[in-house]
Amino acid sequence: MSSEDYLKDISEIKNLMNKSSRFISLSGLSGILAGIYALIGAAYAYWLVNNNSNGYLILNGKIFQMVIFDLLLVGFFSIATAIFLTTRKAKKNEEKIWDATTRRLLLNFLIPLVSGAIYIIIILGHQKYGQTGALMLLFYGLALINASKYTVGDIKYLGYTEVVLGLIAAMLPGYVFWFWVIGFGVMHIVYGTVMYFKHDRK
Amino acid sequence: MKNIILNINKAFDHRIRLGIMSVLMVNEYAEFTTLKELLGATDGNLASHTKALEKVEFIRIEKQFIGRKPNTRYYATEHGKQEFKKHIDALEKLIKNK
Repeated sequence: MSSEDYLKDISEIKNLMNKSSRFISLSGLSGILAGIYALIGAAYAYWLVNNNSNGYLILNGKIFQMVIFDLLLVGFFSIATAIFLTTRKAKKNEEKIWDATTRRLLLNFLIPLVSGAIYIIIILGHQKYGQTGALMLLFYGLALINASKYTVGDIKYLGYTEVVLGLIAAMLPGYVFWFWVIGFGVMHIVYGTVMYFKHDRK
Repeated sequence: MKNIILNINKAFDHRIRLGIMSVLMVNEYAEFTTLKELLGATDGNLASHTKALEKVEFIRIEKQFIGRKPNTRYYATEHGKQEFKKHIDALEKLIKNK
């Protein structure tokens, strides 16, 4: 065998290792759109709170329910867009959407995320609202870091960013709203754009 | 140079065998069908190569039933992983030396 053959062997090995263990079809575009939804949702919540209750959020009131509904809507559209665009990209890459790599990715993403969501619901039940935004950022970041082993590398850095933002937000409770906007809005757009140019446009 | 050649392992001297080991290095295990799809091999082809790797104890095979379907899982052994690493190091050195 010539050295060219060896080179081919090495690149084939790398290719197989990646293909068999990582899901590479995550769509950067869906990250950008999720960020935009989060910004629209946040703007609406900001308007709701500032125009209807003199700057105070009256919990369990109508405004609070509308903010929660707003939040759920942002979550729903983000997930729906991610599923749609990622499936489309996987098809284009001739990757299977539901195989061992996606199952592992999803499982590792959901474990910290669902634990966090349940924890947040529990402390909301105890009337502790102040840290909700910070906790959302923190658990979302941990979920991303945990899932990053099974997909493209940039996700890890988005995770670290979210965790740091969550921790800073926890120290500055008055600015949680703005950290939420940066974490879920701006950062999704930034990392989504990076991923779009690195992985989507090929 | 001679040392490097010594580390080139004959057991890996085939695209499919190299492929099987690559997949098993980064996954806890792989099923027969997964390997088949990833490597684009036929049933018989893959079976003979896995047998060859099992014979030198680079991989280990677990057979079980999921419902009524037979399911075969392949795992890389510690020994197999070490040999594969040596093999890759040797390949890389060969390329650099050129």
